[in-house]
Amino acid sequence: MQVQSMHFKRRAGEKLADELLQANLRKAQGKFVDGRAKAVAEFGHDEWERLRTHAADLRDRVLANLDAYLAEFERNAVARGTVVHWAETAEDACTIIADIARRNGVRKVTKSKSMVSEEVGLNERLEAEGIQVVETDLGEYILQLAKEPPSHIVAPAVHKSKEQVADLFTEAHGKPRSTDIPALTREAREALREHFLTADMGISGANWVIAETGTTLTVTNEGNADLVTTMPRIHCVITGIEKVIPTLEDFASLIRLLPRSAIGQTVTNYLTLTTGVKAPGEADGPEQMHVVLVDAGRTKFVGSDLQPMMRCIRCGACMNHCPVYQNVGGHAYGWVYPGPMGSVLTPVYVGIEHAGDLPNAATFCGECAVACPVRIPLPDLMRKLRERQFDGHLRPWPERAGILLWSFAAKRPALYAFGARWAARVASWLGGRKGLIHALPGLDGWTKGRDMPAPAGRTFRDLYRERKGRA
Amino acid sequence: MKVGLFVTCLVDLSRPGIGFAALKLLEAAGCEVVVPATQTCCGQPGYNSGAREVSKALARKVLEEFEDCDYVVAPSGSCSGQVKLSYPQDLFADDPDRARFEALAAKWHELSDFLVNVLKVESVPGKWTGEVTYHDSCSGLRELGIKAEPRRLLALAGAEVKEMREAERCCGFGGTFSIKLGDISTRMSANKCASAKATGAGAIVGGDLGCLLNIEGRLRREGDHETKVLHFAQVIAGEG
Repeated sequence: MQVQSMHFKRRAGEKLADELLQANLRKAQGKFVDGRAKAVAEFGHDEWERLRTHAADLRDRVLANLDAYLAEFERNAVARGTVVHWAETAEDACTIIADIARRNGVRKVTKSKSMVSEEVGLNERLEAEGIQVVETDLGEYILQLAKEPPSHIVAPAVHKSKEQVADLFTEAHGKPRSTDIPALTREAREALREHFLTADMGISGANWVIAETGTTLTVTNEGNADLVTTMPRIHCVITGIEKVIPTLEDFASLIRLLPRSAIGQTVTNYLTLTTGVKAPGEADGPEQMHVVLVDAGRTKFVGSDLQPMMRCIRCGACMNHCPVYQNVGGHAYGWVYPGPMGSVLTPVYVGIEHAGDLPNAATFCGECAVACPVRIPLPDLMRKLRERQFDGHLRPWPERAGILLWSFAAKRPALYAFGARWAARVASWLGGRKGLIHALPGLDGWTKGRDMPAPAGRTFRDLYRERKGRA
Repeated sequence: MKVGLFVTCLVDLSRPGIGFAALKLLEAAGCEVVVPATQTCCGQPGYNSGAREVSKALARKVLEEFEDCDYVVAPSGSCSGQVKLSYPQDLFADDPDRARFEALAAKWHELSDFLVNVLKVESVPGKWTGEVTYHDSCSGLRELGIKAEPRRLLALAGAEVKEMREAERCCGFGGTFSIKLGDISTRMSANKCASAKATGAGAIVGGDLGCLLNIEGRLRREGDHETKVLHFAQVIAGEG
């Protein structure tokens, strides 16, 4: 996917001005936040907190022994007839899958939702090779028609209204326009059925891969992953190397967290576990199964001070609860992963120089860290990225100068008292009778949409000294 | 009992009345209050801008100024979170002085927390008639768990707290965020103002001046010059 994250500020401004988008975002937000809160309350708060701790520890244990668990997964997957591929870069991942397709004369691919495939730009690559790619997740299907990237990792088309979907379907399917949601899903199902039956290869992501059994695992609500993974003669899984977990038992722990955190569901409608190829005598399943394990920047996290980010189980709770995401939507972030998780992942994956605003697009309100099912300290990780920016002179110079000037003065009480005294006086004068500053050079980010309430005129320290003097 | 008052840089510069309200409340409760004259800033602006070393220097200055107090009190959840969590758990986690910062953190309290949980006050000097709505600032709420304390104090002053929708949602201030990403910040403050005004309360009350300036600035720009925006210390000290 083309990187647009360097334009966050401009794109966010455009999204704020988009009334339709704002209405769509408002509608979705309540569902996610209230749904999760209800599910957590039903689960029991203390038990939930214990499970979060357990899951964070589990993911940390995996990351500390990542090589061993990946080798174990490969061993067990190969034993069941799966071919395991290792892709160091996004380009490698595309090349591996394009080669599999070419070797097998693949002309049509069905896909269930995979953010890693968005990350590496797989659809574009396969289409360039003349292969038809059909997204079968309803949200992804809508966006494929709209020629847009996902704006949310769990609900990719959350930024669209049913009316917008109806327009897209009318154009694509040539049927009478309907805005009835069940009718729209039926229409999509009918359109997709034929593709499920005629695809040569199915490509799915994986929520996790299980080391002890060599299994890959996908959770969906639509059942499309079942059809993608079992019907075509070739099944190809693309996922990140950090997705490995040791045992089926561990999956049982994590699946209690994932759908509850994502949308307040106790369990998803479908859990698709795929282990190896069709065995002799079995009626269903692919003749070939490939698993492409992608690095593409993940090893930059492992072993670094940002490693906790790799615990992520892709539930989307951080973005659902983020007041910045809630107001600008996912496209503003300019790459695959929006919201707080994206503000940590994108700068490392695409280079911090291409995503300078993202670690700064947070008030550090802390809602993401509270919502995260694996206790990723997202604000702390964003702050570490800000440290890299500060140390590397990667932010605009006035920002850096401002901080350095401030701290130079704050370390020198006499100078500080003098500066504060005059700043309070001048700003108070600027505020006039109403005590409001309407515009201030250098602070236009504030004063464009807000007044700056002016200081009272005297600093506390001066008034306090006078009072002490009188006493 | 010697109580150090950490005024905070924003209160010193912009709303000294909040500092005097805090002083009045502490003295009314029988504390011997000291206000170190050299205090400036807890270092959070630098810390959150990635200037780690700079913020450490300011943290050491705070430590030296307040280390000999029995308690330290600040009318801010944000600065208190910086001192109570970021100093010992991050900035000085691997420092020989960690224990000193932990000791400072242990005796440091946000104002409402100190009044309610340490001093256990049963009355306050201020009287307030009518309704207010309370905005929970992020650091106080999510870092320090302050939620009931300011509401309890407002009730002691006679104020009726009408809860707004999404009282716990960020107002959009976020320190330098409010300037760096002003459009988003403004939208967030507009949302907060709408939630607060929907209660019909005559005053929006909070515990962090940054949030209050942000909310007031947006209210006034929207043409609302009636609704008061106050720190809870002003209300309960009778200086609103």
